[in-house]
Amino acid sequence: MCLGIPARIVKVKGERKSLADFGGGVMREIDISLVDVREGEYVIVHAGFAISVIDEEEAEETMKIWRLFSDTETSELR
Amino acid sequence: MASFFRYRDERIAIGIVERLKRLLSGHLRFMHVCGTHQDTIVRFGLDIMLKEAGIEVIPGPGCPVCVTTPYEIEIAVNLANNGKIIATFGDMFRVKGVKSSLADARASGASVFIVYSVSDAIAIASEHKKKDVVFFSIGFETTAPATASAVLNGVPENFSILSAHRLIPPAMSALIEMGEMRIDGFINPGHVSSIIGVGAYEHISKRYGVPQVIAGFEPIDVMYAVYMLVSQIMRGEACVENEYRRVVRYDGNKKAREVMNAVFRAVDVAWRGFPVIKSSGLQLKRTYEDKDALKRYEDEIDEIEQNLTELMEKQSSEATCRCGDVLRGIISPAECPLFGRACSPHRPIGPCMVSREGSCNILYRYRKSGRL
Repeated sequence: MCLGIPARIVKVKGERKSLADFGGGVMREIDISLVDVREGEYVIVHAGFAISVIDEEEAEETMKIWRLFSDTETSELR
Repeated sequence: MASFFRYRDERIAIGIVERLKRLLSGHLRFMHVCGTHQDTIVRFGLDIMLKEAGIEVIPGPGCPVCVTTPYEIEIAVNLANNGKIIATFGDMFRVKGVKSSLADARASGASVFIVYSVSDAIAIASEHKKKDVVFFSIGFETTAPATASAVLNGVPENFSILSAHRLIPPAMSALIEMGEMRIDGFINPGHVSSIIGVGAYEHISKRYGVPQVIAGFEPIDVMYAVYMLVSQIMRGEACVENEYRRVVRYDGNKKAREVMNAVFRAVDVAWRGFPVIKSSGLQLKRTYEDKDALKRYEDEIDEIEQNLTELMEKQSSEATCRCGDVLRGIISPAECPLFGRACSPHRPIGPCMVSREGSCNILYRYRKSGRL
């Protein structure tokens, strides 16, 4: 139920609707009334509604921290 | 978009487990409250990896379909049998109420539609103008804003909402209050949190001294959230941290919350497996009474309720299904005597086996034997 799927905002059509690209050739119209979003941004879609805009910088930051765990002998982890 | 491969990088998961093994000597038990987390955990075998480090991660009441009471379902079934069109999410279709499910109702001629979104339900109402359409609306804070947004935007005259929406933080407090087991930390649901924010859980850590980490849904999200919980415990702290920063802001989604609060008010409600939990359900505000199925069909529902009370008094056979205990984390699905024998996704007995977010269904799907 709380499954959220990332999608890219392709074409905003008015205040509520936008065409979104879910990858793999899947395009669907979604409701964007709950978020402030621009074309090209990624959102999490739940039950046909965008509920959050994905922050790509934060995504990169998270990955940087994780990377420390795959280096076998890392001493400095927070 | 950032490359996604690291979200599932096994080397990172192994690195985390190795570090946890070095850090920990005793046993810790963390609970999550989200069916999607349970899917990630069982599908990628994270529970097995973490067990090696002495950490148990158990599912709580994180499946909206599962926590909906038989009573609420039976009202929907009866409204369908009385000639209304019922629209609801797919997982709800086969879950039995007191006596029967919406699937049973459809088999005997009632109109029941499975929808992906409230928008689909509204479209059905526009197409069937001469019939009453009731959207049986379930879900946590992730889903409720969508329902609310549709109401604010205006819905057809023949459309109403039967709300079984529920709120997560009150259930977490209730679990601790019930005190049936020790919970060393919570893994909080990422998408619920994207709406309600980090602050919505802080009172729980303050009051009960329990650490919490909001987590995303990729395997490394969950593993790293566990690492963050352990670090918190090692530091002797109990606060709410956010692992899922790419999606969850501290304040959540204010716009969505405003929409939700404009339409819904919090009410005391029972959850399957739980007693009544204070302010844990959502009903439509008086302003939207004409869109509230409970009000619109008040007399009809009163009658249904009377019949139900008699029925429920007769019935106690459900006692064999231990879904309620699974939802409180008291037993794992494999400990239910029905699991994999009398009860499977093909012939489910309780909602935890019906819903794809139910712990029984997930365990059966990925590890048929139920052995961990």
